[in-house]
Amino acid sequence: MSSSEGVFFLTGKDFKNAGAASSSLKGILEGMGIPVAVIRRVSIAAFEAEMNAIIYAVAGMMSYSITPEMIKIRVQDMGPGIENIELAMKEGYSTAPDYIREMGFGSGMGLPNIKKNADHLTVNSLAGEGTTVEFSINLSPAEATSKA
Amino acid sequence: MVIIAPSIMILGDIRDLLHAAVLARGEDMGMEIERAYCADLMSDVLAFSISNSLLITGLTNTQVIRTAEVATIKAIVFIQNKRPDIQTISLADEKKIPLLVTDLSMFDTCGLLFEKGLRSCSGLEF
Repeated sequence: MSSSEGVFFLTGKDFKNAGAASSSLKGILEGMGIPVAVIRRVSIAAFEAEMNAIIYAVAGMMSYSITPEMIKIRVQDMGPGIENIELAMKEGYSTAPDYIREMGFGSGMGLPNIKKNADHLTVNSLAGEGTTVEFSINLSPAEATSKA
Repeated sequence: MVIIAPSIMILGDIRDLLHAAVLARGEDMGMEIERAYCADLMSDVLAFSISNSLLITGLTNTQVIRTAEVATIKAIVFIQNKRPDIQTISLADEKKIPLLVTDLSMFDTCGLLFEKGLRSCSGLEF
């Protein structure tokens, strides 16, 4: 399998295109012949991270790097930052406003859901500056099916 | 409690059972559905649904289609005559996800499908 990398730019509050980056990423993974169970995990985690950036930040970018061993995704945003990452990792904890909940998001499952689907996750945030969510999913045959 | 083996349903039969209208991908009515998940919270769909299931929801925005796409949902039923806009329908068409809309409530929709033997994504059998 070949390697690939690239970047998608995300615009805050652009709900019309929210999810388009993850959708494109899914297409790239399908084109590379990645197993479907792995694609589902990557796509779900990427979509949650993308939605977070679009909901909370002014702008952001999603970069990806795919090698035969690993898929790495990094979503960096210029948003308000997360005050308490430990709390944000708890299922059901959310600071999302009502209009976001009415859209079906902001139920406090985003980061926990990324954690569930990724093999490795790091969240770095600085109040007033932004948040960077980085996660990876292993592609070696044994790991690829372990969380499917 | 009587344990019934879960049934596989044909999407066209689901359409007839729910007296549903088809909004997208009418050509896919022969599709087989093995499991269903219902929610208005897309994060719940992302967290708890399984591949190739049917999504039953009252939410009609484009994120429902995006959610279905990444969670590999096979088809969507909108309840209580909640109709998505043309943008949402076009996206579903592009992503090859059939859309149905029924007048029935969430409870009645799920109840009728359950009665026919369709089961949830939880893996629990009744």
